[in-house]
Amino acid sequence: MLEIIPEAVKALIGKPLHHEDSEIVVESGYIYNTCAAVQNGNPLFWDEAVSNSISGGKIAPPTMLSTWFRPHHWRPGSEEECTPLQAHFDLKRWLQLPEAIISDNELRFGEPVRLGDRLHSYQVIRSISDIKQTKLGRGRFWVIDVVYENQDGEYVGTDSYTALGYVRNEG
Amino acid sequence: MTADVHNLCLGDIHVGQSLPPLEHEVTATTVVLGAMASRDWRPMHHDRDFAINRNGARDIFLNTPNQAAWLERLITDWSGPKGRLGAMRFQMKTSVYPGDRMRLTGKVTEISPTEWGYGWVAMELAIHVGSRQATSCQASVAIAVDQHNNPWLSPIRLEKVSM
Repeated sequence: MLEIIPEAVKALIGKPLHHEDSEIVVESGYIYNTCAAVQNGNPLFWDEAVSNSISGGKIAPPTMLSTWFRPHHWRPGSEEECTPLQAHFDLKRWLQLPEAIISDNELRFGEPVRLGDRLHSYQVIRSISDIKQTKLGRGRFWVIDVVYENQDGEYVGTDSYTALGYVRNEG
Repeated sequence: MTADVHNLCLGDIHVGQSLPPLEHEVTATTVVLGAMASRDWRPMHHDRDFAINRNGARDIFLNTPNQAAWLERLITDWSGPKGRLGAMRFQMKTSVYPGDRMRLTGKVTEISPTEWGYGWVAMELAIHVGSRQATSCQASVAIAVDQHNNPWLSPIRLEKVSM
């Protein structure tokens, strides 16, 4: 683990990173899978007449924002596992912290995500803490915002993660 | 619209009001379904050996987006489909594992009317396993002033959201 945060890493705090378009278009299959996983019978996601009447057409559950940006586990030509939330994995590597967990998550929702949308996102490292000793190990907390827009440039939400990157305690 | 859809209006809600609790027996299937639905392929959500020996966890555990989906369900089961989530913040204190019976609860903490035909309803939510609070959450949902209004077709001003 690095005892001092490199200046090159500090310089990236607050800068938009990793602009990307979602690999998948917003589609019904994942919406149904998500609702089924938590037995969510909200008719907005199941009943076309209700969704037409209330939200002007089928939409995705707001909390699915991050789902549209997780990469396929494998794709042709890839030589290693693709990782989501790239800034998080960048920080693990740059700060030499092999383990990490997400401790806090804040979501804010703008325009609804609609069937057929192809979303765009970028990531912003908001902060990196001093070294902390925790029950899991020694490491640092960091906050990363993922900002989402739709294909029309409308704001659809922000997913803000607080993570702990750490080296496990001995024993 | 389907006739039996029920939606709360702002006048139906008061500070201190409890949401109907939601209980669920968590199984490995619960964890894996939630992870796969959210395209989260990380092994601690499906590989018990990895979760225990690499992460130092007791078992595979619910992932973050799936917890958010459970909390979203708690809110909209209560509000009805016109309830429009504005924001949600949660802190995962301990993990939720297969074999746990989780209980999701919520209570209204603040009601803030707006000029757009809805009010922001702030609430404190939690996921408990037995007496242990696994996750705490603050959320804000837009609720129509009356049946003639609809937050989904109104401007959403997130700067007015309080949690």
